[in-house]
Amino acid sequence: MALLQLRHVSKRFGGLVAVNNFSTELQAGELCALIGPNGSGKTTIFNLITGIYRPTEGEIWFDGHNITGRRPDQITRLGIARTFQNIRLFSGLDVLGNVMVGQHLRLKSDPASAVLRLPHYLREERAMQRRAQELLEALNLAHLAHEKATALPYGQQRKLEIARALASNPKLLLLDEPAAGMNTAEAEELMAFIQHILEHFKLTIFLIEHQMRVVMGICPRIIVIDYGEIIAEGPPATIQNNPRVIEAYLGVGTYA
Amino acid sequence: MTVSLFFQHLANGISLGALYALIAIGYTMVYGILRLINFAHGDIVMVAAYVAFYGAAMYALPWWLAFPLAILLTAGLGMIIERAAYRPLRGVPRIQLFTSAVAVSFLLENLGIVVFSGRPKAFPRPAFLDKPLHVGDVIIISYTPVAVAVALILFGGLLYIVHRTKVGMAMRALSKDIETTGLMGVDTDRVIMIAFAIGSALAAAGGILLAIKFPQINPLMGVVPGLKAFIAAVLGGIGNITGAMIGGFLLGIAEIMIVAFFPQLAGYRDAFAYTILIALLLFRPTGLMGEVEPEKA
Amino acid sequence: MRTSITRNRILTVLALAGFVVFLVYAQTNWDAYRLRILNLCAVYTIFAVTFNLIYGYTGQFSLGHAGFAAIGAYAAALLTMSPEQKAANFFLAPIIPLLRDVEWPFLPALLVGGTLAALASLLIGWPALRLRGDYLAIATLGFSEIIRVLFVNWQRITNGSLGLKGIPDHTNVYWSWGAALVTIFVVKRLVDSSYGRALRAVRDDEVAAQALGVRLFTHKMMAFMLSSFFVGVAGGLMANLISTIDPKVFMFFLTYQIVGITVMGGMSSLTGSLVAAVLYTVFLEVLRPIESPFDLGPLHIPGIPGMRMVLFSTLLLLVILFYRQGLFGQREFSWDGLLNTLARLHRRVTGLWGRTPPPSTVDKGEQ
Repeated sequence: MALLQLRHVSKRFGGLVAVNNFSTELQAGELCALIGPNGSGKTTIFNLITGIYRPTEGEIWFDGHNITGRRPDQITRLGIARTFQNIRLFSGLDVLGNVMVGQHLRLKSDPASAVLRLPHYLREERAMQRRAQELLEALNLAHLAHEKATALPYGQQRKLEIARALASNPKLLLLDEPAAGMNTAEAEELMAFIQHILEHFKLTIFLIEHQMRVVMGICPRIIVIDYGEIIAEGPPATIQNNPRVIEAYLGVGTYA
Repeated sequence: MTVSLFFQHLANGISLGALYALIAIGYTMVYGILRLINFAHGDIVMVAAYVAFYGAAMYALPWWLAFPLAILLTAGLGMIIERAAYRPLRGVPRIQLFTSAVAVSFLLENLGIVVFSGRPKAFPRPAFLDKPLHVGDVIIISYTPVAVAVALILFGGLLYIVHRTKVGMAMRALSKDIETTGLMGVDTDRVIMIAFAIGSALAAAGGILLAIKFPQINPLMGVVPGLKAFIAAVLGGIGNITGAMIGGFLLGIAEIMIVAFFPQLAGYRDAFAYTILIALLLFRPTGLMGEVEPEKA
Repeated sequence: MRTSITRNRILTVLALAGFVVFLVYAQTNWDAYRLRILNLCAVYTIFAVTFNLIYGYTGQFSLGHAGFAAIGAYAAALLTMSPEQKAANFFLAPIIPLLRDVEWPFLPALLVGGTLAALASLLIGWPALRLRGDYLAIATLGFSEIIRVLFVNWQRITNGSLGLKGIPDHTNVYWSWGAALVTIFVVKRLVDSSYGRALRAVRDDEVAAQALGVRLFTHKMMAFMLSSFFVGVAGGLMANLISTIDPKVFMFFLTYQIVGITVMGGMSSLTGSLVAAVLYTVFLEVLRPIESPFDLGPLHIPGIPGMRMVLFSTLLLLVILFYRQGLFGQREFSWDGLLNTLARLHRRVTGLWGRTPPPSTVDKGEQ
């Protein structure tokens, strides 16, 4: 069964139709990209999946659960994690702290045990710390563990956000424009990294990206949307030559 | 309750509503543009009352001099507060802005206690406002129609400014999207200052009406009416000027009528407004006329 | 710099022991006036630390502190006063039978006060904590005022605006500072745990926190209720200290003072809250003379009542505008920090005296 299913999902904001009859499936282990011109509804779809918005129509199913209209924290608990288009790190915490927040949802000890530092809480805390360290090492951020998260250079902040999302032990990872603001070399390095974590952490990854070249290189499946609707879907080769896609990005008549 | 008593209470409620409405408009204007609840707004009301008091009682100025002067000076104070305590904090996390507003409110109250002394003073009521009017069987005091007239005239003036002048258009634009409006060449700082001036002027008018109605003034007199006026603004739909007007009148009438029908609840009078607020925030935060703000991720 | 955990633990124990010795000395030797100030310092410390928890750490601007303090104060007062004292107070309308004959020892009374305050915060937080920043502030302020209005009207329970006089003075430095230390301990432990990180995440970015699975409402409510419990206890301590309370004591003014103290001490610094609370209480007393007439040489300066508050609120505004991080910002006291600072001072002093200081072992690379 597909890991993620969007069934005829639509989202209207008053008179504006942001997403229209969007249906797709992601299988476990897939690496799929969602691309489209600015304002085509990509982030809205992510927000619908993660519960920030409630679909006006349609249903969203994940791992056998109907997650339509559930709260974001409930959805994360089921195994979806995400990063944001504008990096949202916790400015009051250091790098390690940011990652450890990602593990908080799995904490079994209650606040009283935490205050009293009971043995089972200390065990969990130590385990969380170890896992966070491991994640940071895997992402080459370990040396920055005690730096202020927002003091990091931009590229590192992006990696930190991904590390933090990974800390919640997701099955599905949604990355919203992870390569934004990077030059080609950095973006390619990031893509290789994404491929690595896909295998290493046994993830399914759904990513939004703007830089076509970068996406074409590594994503076996690409969904193209415009004005909230799917206009093309398939492997990179198919997409590249699709006239509707070209038109959406470059406009009609450009290739006169 | 006799019919005439009913109408007397109603008249009372309407005049109370008039001053709530005037104060509420100031709240709603500032909130519409800056998304800030100006905690100090209620204390502005108090300042206006005292300035009017000093003008009329201490310097024996006729009321038609003292009151407009108070309004002008209070408008000035509103602008000073905006410039000194709110503008510097514009780029900063919102929570600091609220704290600043609380601090300004606190400061004004304490200054009031020190400068004006904590003991209440009697406010001189202009004679023409004290005359009983006979409408059939009902006796209402001349203050009531005057208060309503003042509120409506000022409201009309405000509507004119907001809808027929460039400044008003700028204010409306700012309340929709402050960043873009600034990018369009509008002098944001100046427009915001004018909004504060107008809001404070209206609050000042409300404060003078309040002082005449009760007619006692003390340094903390603005706090509770200020809170209630804010609730009225929420009731009408925060950010909406007409809503604030309607909300103010509704709240004033409700407050008087509930006590009129249930005199045993008189002591809980102040609590009604807060209960209305909680109910509003729970069930209809956009109020009567407010727009639902689109969510942003 | 290697942190020696054992060394730090020993230092903490020593410091606490020293403090206890100081408390014993003060309680046995100081006069009532100075003891009152010392006790008030503890009460305001609890107020500030709890406000810091809800505002500085969780980012919720709640203005309900005075209301919760009122609940705790009245609960403790009514439970600890003897039936005779109560009868003397309730001359307008007799006290309700439930409370008429009770006379409890101090600790259960305090705990009941705290629990009632926590329950009230549950009721209030349920609608209020779903609200955004400024709305939360107004809603909690409104609730605080509702509590006050209720207390003014419940003649048979609270004696209305007449207030309660002759509350037994159970509060001594052991109770007040004991409670303060417990509060600091609990809050610090919470803040240094995974829950503390979650609270800070809620403060810094709710959307991201929720996207990481943090239950927003649960965490806000936890901080709110914990905070309110201790505020209630502090209210009870205050009632049994100043021995006269009425609803006016718990006006929003009290909340504003607490906001001021916490902001000046530094949001997200418990050390700051403690230091600011003590400084505030002490300075308020030290500056009391300026409110009565005094002579400055040939000048006779008339007393200005309320001047201290004007100074305080002006200072607060200045801090907010120009020195937002307050005294301590987000820093906490640590033995390492203290020893480092002392070592640096030592080196500077020896340098001043012309002696070449030994090569520093603290600065170079031992991070």
